[in-house]
Amino acid sequence: MDARLKLRNTKSIVFKSIIIFLAFVITLPLIIILLYIIKQGVTQVNWHFLTHIPAPVGETGGGISNALLGSVIIVALSSLIAIPVGILAGIYLSENATTRLAYYAGLCVDVLQGVPSIVVGMVVYFWVVKPLGTFSALSGSVALAIMMLPIVIRSTEQTLKLLPDSLKEAALSLGVPYHRVILKVIVPCGFAGILSGIMLSVARIIGETAPLLFTAFGNPYLSAAITKPMQSLPLLIFNYATSPYDEWHNLAWGASFILLMFVLLLNIFTKLITRKWNIQL
Amino acid sequence: MKHKRLDLSYSQMKWETVFKRILWIMSAVLLVLVIGILITLIIQSMPSIKALGIKYLWGKVWDPVNNIYGAYPFLIGTLLTSFTALIISIPFSYAIAIYLGEYNPKGWLSNLLKNTIELIAAVPSVIYGFWGLSVLVPIIRSFETKIGVAPYGVGVFTSSLVLAVMIIPYAASLGTSLIRMVPSPLKEGAYALGATRFEVIRSVILPYTRSGLFAGILLSLGRALGETMAVAMLIGNTSAIAHSLKDAFFGPGNTMASVIANEFTEADHTVYLSALIELGLVLFFVTVVINLIGKRIITKYTNN
Repeated sequence: MDARLKLRNTKSIVFKSIIIFLAFVITLPLIIILLYIIKQGVTQVNWHFLTHIPAPVGETGGGISNALLGSVIIVALSSLIAIPVGILAGIYLSENATTRLAYYAGLCVDVLQGVPSIVVGMVVYFWVVKPLGTFSALSGSVALAIMMLPIVIRSTEQTLKLLPDSLKEAALSLGVPYHRVILKVIVPCGFAGILSGIMLSVARIIGETAPLLFTAFGNPYLSAAITKPMQSLPLLIFNYATSPYDEWHNLAWGASFILLMFVLLLNIFTKLITRKWNIQL
Repeated sequence: MKHKRLDLSYSQMKWETVFKRILWIMSAVLLVLVIGILITLIIQSMPSIKALGIKYLWGKVWDPVNNIYGAYPFLIGTLLTSFTALIISIPFSYAIAIYLGEYNPKGWLSNLLKNTIELIAAVPSVIYGFWGLSVLVPIIRSFETKIGVAPYGVGVFTSSLVLAVMIIPYAASLGTSLIRMVPSPLKEGAYALGATRFEVIRSVILPYTRSGLFAGILLSLGRALGETMAVAMLIGNTSAIAHSLKDAFFGPGNTMASVIANEFTEADHTVYLSALIELGLVLFFVTVVINLIGKRIITKYTNN
């Protein structure tokens, strides 16, 4: 082998090693963060932690029940808003891909996907908080619903576009009305894809803090009233993490652990569904 | 019996129209939503646009107590953190894209790495911020003492590091799928001419996917510009402009998103609040334009 060829081969091997090194070394921060959160958080979590509200400064104990309840209510409410709108808009986009409305609506989905979450929070402040005169869980849900929409729409649209036309044609030729074809044939066939889109969007919004800062605002007490300020897991983590007290840091670690586990489980479930049904998202 | 059937099909037909109408309305809602966001931002920032004018954007002092507002510190802060993060992240995103797209596109190891990278995007940003605050900040502080700058710990550099990790998945996953789409006859042609793997990547794959990879970087940049919580927790929140480049880089600062997050609920008079909203408007415009350009490149690219 002449020297030039050797040089080129060495270059190729060196390049490959650098690429492999860089590609794998970046998983380290994630692993370190995961392990650290688990180490700090897992010792905090027990029954008392899940069922009590945060203790005042100076007292030990206390839990995050208000944030847990708040997160569940806010996310459920935003799903209630975003899922019907998202699925129906997704159906429109896949069924009428060539209309002018579909073009602009698709553009809007892209825009919504790129809007910084803090801007959404700010806008919802003027839409809901100002008119109602108070921070509220409802306004937080509206903000999160706006964040959810693009993911639900895109996953619905893309899943339905993958279904063969013959499916729809067969149902229509039997005389089934259009809305029943969509609701009873097309949507059930694409159910797995739509479901995984919904799960992904929930996983995404449950950790969102920025839109909630000026909407749900946070609340140190247990509250289930949707027209009142409400605590949520990410808000609690933000407020307590930036506080100077160790007890509150511990609460925040416990809350981070629970939030992280929830998000990871949702993501892994989605992965399993999409793999089983062979969906590309 | 016959009549009943007819009635049924009439009501079905009515439902058909109603259903189609509902679908149409739901898509129109999206337009209303986006236009509504834009109009709300513009209307609410009117007081500040009127009171401060266009000079607001390069005013160097932000002093709400004395009613002086200038967005320059935040524009610089945002650009500095985002582009530092982007520059740190690019080698990693490219490496992941090349590895998963070319060296190892199939198999369990490839899947594992791909899923792990996607999990990076799934971790909530407030958790990155909390971790950064309690683990990374002390490390950076001792590093800063060593190189002889003021040891704040928090600051532009710290937030850029965390931000860099957070934005990698966006460019990486797009890059991976684009590199996998490079037609194999092109690569085979190059191999047949005696090219090594490195030469194939450098002279065939990278030129072929250049604009797509650029679009991925734009998407990452869009994320970095709008990212709020992790940055708000790590940047130190100072609206003063640093005196030297070194201070600007290692010292505390503020970004557009972080100043909104920190001061929006404290803003107690119209111009102050409105000045913050104008920042939001600028942020909205910049991220939307960057995202749309990125998306446009991707569609153009995948269609050809």
